[in-house]
Amino acid sequence: MSAADVAQPAPVPQPATGAAPEPHAAPPAERGRTERRHGQVRGLGPGPVTRWAVAIVVGGLFALPILSMLEFTLRDGDGHSLARWAALLDPDNAARYAPLWQGLRNSLVLAAVTVAIVLLLLAPTMILVTLRFPALRRPLELVALLPISLPAIVLVVGLAPVYLFIGRTFGTGVWPLALAYGVTAMPYAYRAIQASIDATGVRTLAEAARTLGAGWPTVLLRVLAPNLRGGLLAASLISVAVVLGEFTIASLLARQNLQTALLVVNRQDAYAAVILSLLSLLLVLVLLLLIGRVGARGGRGARTEGP
Amino acid sequence: MTTVSEGTPTAPAVGVPARHEGRPDPARAPRPRTGLLAALGLVPFAAYVLLFLALPTALAVGTGFLDRDGGFTWHNLSALGDPVILRTFGASLWLSALTALIGAVLGAAVCYALLGLRSGHPARTLVEAASSVLAQFGGVTLAFAFIATIGLQGMVTVWLRDSFGLDIFASGAWIYDVPGLIAPYVYFQVPLMVITFLPALAGLQRQWYEAALTLGDTRAGFWRHVGLPVLAPSFLASLLLLFANAFSSFATAAALASQGAQIVPLQIRAALVSETVLGRQNLAGALALGMVVVMAVVMWLYSLVQRRAARWQP
Repeated sequence: MSAADVAQPAPVPQPATGAAPEPHAAPPAERGRTERRHGQVRGLGPGPVTRWAVAIVVGGLFALPILSMLEFTLRDGDGHSLARWAALLDPDNAARYAPLWQGLRNSLVLAAVTVAIVLLLLAPTMILVTLRFPALRRPLELVALLPISLPAIVLVVGLAPVYLFIGRTFGTGVWPLALAYGVTAMPYAYRAIQASIDATGVRTLAEAARTLGAGWPTVLLRVLAPNLRGGLLAASLISVAVVLGEFTIASLLARQNLQTALLVVNRQDAYAAVILSLLSLLLVLVLLLLIGRVGARGGRGARTEGP
Repeated sequence: MTTVSEGTPTAPAVGVPARHEGRPDPARAPRPRTGLLAALGLVPFAAYVLLFLALPTALAVGTGFLDRDGGFTWHNLSALGDPVILRTFGASLWLSALTALIGAVLGAAVCYALLGLRSGHPARTLVEAASSVLAQFGGVTLAFAFIATIGLQGMVTVWLRDSFGLDIFASGAWIYDVPGLIAPYVYFQVPLMVITFLPALAGLQRQWYEAALTLGDTRAGFWRHVGLPVLAPSFLASLLLLFANAFSSFATAAALASQGAQIVPLQIRAALVSETVLGRQNLAGALALGMVVVMAVVMWLYSLVQRRAARWQP
């Protein structure tokens, strides 16, 4: 998503509202009048009434479930209070919420390992392909984007025997699950990193560094990584967002993560589950806003470097 | 390895530091070795993709053809013709089609409302940020949100009951059945539509509109003759993407419908979970194969339509 934003440089040449003085050929007089009904020449866009109607109807419909969740967590008998939120932090309830904290810890471990897979496996391979095997770029893209059209539930059917083997060999710890998450996060991570690679002269930079006597580790860590940091950061953040929201694979392979824990705790204490859901939604919002900031900064940097 | 002769632009680059550092090797010697090393650098990723993408996919699709002892059989595939399985595939298909259509129309309306705002406009930034969050907002959390809204004790349910005496569950608790999935699915379809369709709509050139007006067309005429024909492939492509999105979605349905197997992903869950009891793991394989076939057809159509849509992208 952010990759698409980055890849599209400033699409609208001039703001629609500032078009009044523009010397375009005069339309018939009567149409000029209707076009001017809202005070200025209208472009393609709808009038303010339509804009606001859509904003209120769709915005309202989309705010409703989130407001309902909030209202639900504030319910206290017939009235409303913050008691449910306070209960979450009460040490007396620690045992009841233990699965939740365990799930959160597991999800954070999984996020860390998944980010490691993206940064240490996917990113170096993409750089290597760009530098030495340009012919492999299309096949790599095909492979990296494939998981988007492969439903997680289908992947699980095939992963079940693989994880049966992994469980026997490496124990039933939670971290191996990140190997599967690396695959589900790969399309998003790939797009973010590729946008960054395309915006940076990776080959030129690498050759310049080699000419100046740098070895490959130096080229990767001290020349390319800092130049690609926007894309690498965006890829890491989107991977974290994907891992924190993952339910299908963990649930069917009988591993515990944040989402499966929410479902477990929901059976005993729906309020705690909904509060944690709200908080995780907020966390994802913050992560994606960060991606937006990173993407915007990366895009601007690339543009000033370009010419 | 054959790059020794043709790699003229890079050859001096490699050669220069070697000479300055006073390495004993002549500049030509390290090339084949680094070529081999570079190829070795691809191995870890290739192994990873083979083990965690290719192998699971092959296993998922292949087990549909295996019987209990590992021999080849068509028997499991005949399960796809079973009336129960056919009904779940039907439910999955119409649920995906319906929510894709509603989501596409609502999402296109949102994109249209944003049309003409420049890319840094606060309203556009807000909608783009909200869409990217809500498109990720699937699964368990979304199920909770809708239980809190239109569940048996949900805010809207209670409000309708207390204010208007209207019981939306008079005909049964449909929220835990397929109709209950429509609203949550639309909730994640609309943001995806905004994300995928907004670039296409923003690519509609203002100059085309002005040209149409100059040539004596009207606003409605512009949309009929230029706007809609140009946008149609993009809209169709987004619609297909939304369909695939709904068809492959599992978590929301799993959290809402804790019992029963009304759609294909839930049927796969049932088949996977019961394997230890009934030894029917290969039914899951057959169902997975069915899903893959549907997804492949949808994504193939998508690539066809997308190629047409790309013609008008700036």
